[in-house]
Amino acid sequence: MTHLIEIEGIAKSFGAIEAVRGISFTVDRGEVLGFLGPNGAGKSTTMKMIAGFLVPDAGRATICGHDVVSDGLEARRRLGYLPEGAPAYPDMTAGSFLKFVAQIRGYRGAEARARVDAAVERVELGAVLRQPIETLSKGFKRRVGLAQALLHDPEVLILDEPTDGLDPNQKFHVRALIASMAKDKAIIISTHILEEVDAVCTRAMVIANGKILADGTPGQLEARSRFHHAIYLRGAAPLPDAVRAELAQLAGVQGIEDADRFGDTGVHILPREGADLIPDVRRVLERHRVAIDEFRVERGRLDGVFRDITMSPEL
Amino acid sequence: MGTVGTIFRRELAGYFTTPVAYVFIVIFLVMAGALTFYVGGFFERGQADLQAFFGFHAWLYLFLIPALSMRLWAEERKSGTIELFLTLPVTIPQAVIGKFLAAWAFTGIALVLTFPFWLTVDYLGQPDNGVILASYVGSFLMAGGFLAIGAAVSAVTKSQVIAFVIAAAISFLFIATGTQIVLGPIVEWLPGRVIEAISSLSFLTHFASIQRGVLDLSDVVYFLSVMVLFLFANTVLIELKKAD
Repeated sequence: MTHLIEIEGIAKSFGAIEAVRGISFTVDRGEVLGFLGPNGAGKSTTMKMIAGFLVPDAGRATICGHDVVSDGLEARRRLGYLPEGAPAYPDMTAGSFLKFVAQIRGYRGAEARARVDAAVERVELGAVLRQPIETLSKGFKRRVGLAQALLHDPEVLILDEPTDGLDPNQKFHVRALIASMAKDKAIIISTHILEEVDAVCTRAMVIANGKILADGTPGQLEARSRFHHAIYLRGAAPLPDAVRAELAQLAGVQGIEDADRFGDTGVHILPREGADLIPDVRRVLERHRVAIDEFRVERGRLDGVFRDITMSPEL
Repeated sequence: MGTVGTIFRRELAGYFTTPVAYVFIVIFLVMAGALTFYVGGFFERGQADLQAFFGFHAWLYLFLIPALSMRLWAEERKSGTIELFLTLPVTIPQAVIGKFLAAWAFTGIALVLTFPFWLTVDYLGQPDNGVILASYVGSFLMAGGFLAIGAAVSAVTKSQVIAFVIAAAISFLFIATGTQIVLGPIVEWLPGRVIEAISSLSFLTHFASIQRGVLDLSDVVYFLSVMVLFLFANTVLIELKKAD
């Protein structure tokens, strides 16, 4: 019982729609697991089941060893949960809402105040504490939801789209916050933003159609990209056809593609499996004395991997 | 009780942070007054009692209590806060009881604010204050019954309008079984025992007996049973349909 979160074959259907079809995984302390997947993939349904809001049709989930259905109260005590859309009582002020959550979590008096203050400080909410939640901007509402989830410093955090609706600075702040908590918690976040996976997750899981299609570190996911270790090359002038043809002839090269970004005159040189293209490509360029403005090795593109995985025909 | 108390305080404070509380109390007092003086003929009766006042409570509650109860769960569902609320460490019975008690306490506040009626009769004559007190208790119990019905109905829908209409309809049944509307057509051909059983399902029958000044245990038990029954239904409905 060393895993903070253990999921075993949970499934959920809504009428004829199988939203989640038997998902199993575990999350340990120190892990930040990112759920990736198209809309309707089953990410939120899975999170709702772990949070104890939906009862799975099959399988079981535990938080710190407590079954979320049969021992739900104990499981929920150890869980901080930000539901999709960060719902909160619109008529309450941010301050009284957090006080309510603190009291529900069993804190009284000075300790409740200290807990609320600490959470407010962590998400930088101080300026709007006295405002009714319905008057807050989307970003502040999201932060109220985060503060509520963090208040009791839970061992397990489940955050459904924690950065949705935040501006880039706020996103950066929330990601830093998640990263700072990662060490001693098990965290699951869901996101549509692939760069977020890179920024905060130690592990990424692609879910589509209610199934886990990929599970690995962001680096392992990137390695599945055709662009993994590809070379991006942009000359001062468009590459002469002779050079291009010679590059394409190199042993490790699988192909050359024009960059797909609008107005970009560069090319991608795609490697064969495991080939290191740098020395060969440099030799060709030097021989032809091609002036180069930009030369870089790509790590791989998560969006492409994501598309390949989630649009594959066997789905 | 800590969790129920916390929910109770949040809910009760919630009535007063929005116009709901003030609108409800003002309408309740104005309607109660209008019915007592114009329809009930408070002065024309020439009697120092509050029969004219309490006699309309069931009908007043019939549409005011569903207006209060309709939001209890439907609003949580609509705004998605139910997901937040029920993933906190609260049990569903705690949530149901906390919400119900807050709404019931709120109707209690509205009821207490009708004290000028009592002051009026007490000034004009020598009313039997025991009867008046019993009637207040009875009215409060009846309000609790209507509220429990409304809360259970509110648990099954996202729409406050639907919650209102259905709660009012069910509440009407609980009134009508004690009136000629239901009893009239059947009184001729059903045995007296059955008629009595049907009429004993009505809030009116039990409230009328309390209004006579006798706070009979069976009437109190009746109203408490209605509350327990519907709050239990409320708990089961939330358990089954919280995420729908």
